[in-house]
Amino acid sequence: MSEFLGLADAIARHVRDGDRVALEGFTHLIPFAAGHEIIRQERRDLTLIRMTPDLLYDQMIGAGCARKLVFSWGGNPGVGSLHRLRDAVERGWPRPLEIEEHSHAAMAHAYAAGAAGMPTALFKGYRGSELAAVNPNIKFIACPFTGEELTAVPALRPDVAIVHAQKADREGNVLVEGIIGVQKEAVLAASRSVVTVEEVVDRFEGIGTNAAILPAWVVGAIVVVPGGARPSYAYGYYDRDNAFYVAWDAISRDRTMFQAWMQEHVMRASSA
Amino acid sequence: MTYTPSEMMTVAAARALRDRDVCFVGIGLPSAACNLARLTHAPRVTLVYESGTLQTKPTVLPLSIGDGELCETALTTVSVPEMFQYWLQGGRISVGFLGGAQIDRFGNLNSTVIGPYDRPTVRLPGSGGATEIATNCQRIFIVMRHTAVAFVERLDFLTSLGHGPTGRERRAMGLATEGPTLIVTDLCLMMPDPDTKEFRVVSIHPGVRREQVRQATGWPVAFADRVDETAEPTATELEALRDLNARTARAHGAAAGDS
Repeated sequence: MSEFLGLADAIARHVRDGDRVALEGFTHLIPFAAGHEIIRQERRDLTLIRMTPDLLYDQMIGAGCARKLVFSWGGNPGVGSLHRLRDAVERGWPRPLEIEEHSHAAMAHAYAAGAAGMPTALFKGYRGSELAAVNPNIKFIACPFTGEELTAVPALRPDVAIVHAQKADREGNVLVEGIIGVQKEAVLAASRSVVTVEEVVDRFEGIGTNAAILPAWVVGAIVVVPGGARPSYAYGYYDRDNAFYVAWDAISRDRTMFQAWMQEHVMRASSA
Repeated sequence: MTYTPSEMMTVAAARALRDRDVCFVGIGLPSAACNLARLTHAPRVTLVYESGTLQTKPTVLPLSIGDGELCETALTTVSVPEMFQYWLQGGRISVGFLGGAQIDRFGNLNSTVIGPYDRPTVRLPGSGGATEIATNCQRIFIVMRHTAVAFVERLDFLTSLGHGPTGRERRAMGLATEGPTLIVTDLCLMMPDPDTKEFRVVSIHPGVRREQVRQATGWPVAFADRVDETAEPTATELEALRDLNARTARAHGAAAGDS
């Protein structure tokens, strides 16, 4: 059953050194505030799982939280490279980063398989791609009924999933709207979960019968963090800070400038 | 009207789309081309982005694949697993529009690394949706700036299958989809030879010389028996593209309007 916690408490209780952690949100609803709290609490040796590492994992990798990254598209959307990710991969700074690289289709299927309690995701993928040669977690098997070649990747089963959403109600149910990405799958696939929300409401008003809702009994901690997805966005609350995504290119290019920015904007910030 | 090579490329890429197409759109050059098609000759073209936005009609170009604009103007927005399972893998997409850092003569694409995989000199963003877009859409259009650094004899890494390293592998795998059928660059249009699947120049943009195309291609590029001159962008096309870019620049700041 979900419980309402403060951000520092929620992260302290649910995220441990060495965990496989998925902070999801497909461009939309990226849980920056929760990720920053993980950085402040100096978690180490994490396996960071996320389809699009985005600025948040660039920051967490640059801060030294990660041992391994599982991902499918590692760029700054519409801008260019993630320089902290590249520095870790190309030069091992601040520490070497193991990578397990997939395609979006593979990760989407792997989250869905995790949510469905399957050990494996089966799909039609990686045909002719060299990704299968560099990632031992990509296998090909024959369909037992038709003989057709299918692709298999392990289901994603994170120790903890962290997502941001628009609303929770007083019972601790969570409503996600807009681009819902893999929010539901990540939470259902994980052993534990933390959901940050913009606000708590008495009841969800004006929603359709098929709204994306995470019932209280599948959610671990709920933390009210208005603006918790900035500089990404929360549909219905605030827009994506595109200017910051552009500015991050210069901030993150240089190690010293990156560290100074992190000191000022993450380490000295309050966890509220 | 005068125009830039980049505008010629986007206009030429847009012309390849039809009203009946259901198009899986990549961010950047493909997104500009697909939306230009929708705003000019193909108002009913269906655009799908991997963020789950089905049949979207953005008024400005998105900076990211998951901008709110795509969701607000979509017929509906589905989850990302549903997008890849039912809509892409389920065979509902007629055209995938891709780009990449490197391409070879058989339309194979690299968006993963420059240099060796384990010790890359440049770590590129990676596949994203491209690997399965390349094999699960009925056909693939590619739009890329034409330089010898990008059009290479041999890819550093094959991320997304075109017709295969020797042009034969795709057919041998028995894939039900056609693979790349068109490359649009800022210099020319290329289409594959029906037998060898090697891309040949079929049309050169106005004012571009064959020698320029040769110098910008890292393999000895072939020209079709008949090479046309690409029709110049019309005033209508250019105005629609410039309006779109101006709206985009106003919405995002200058960074996103470059296409």
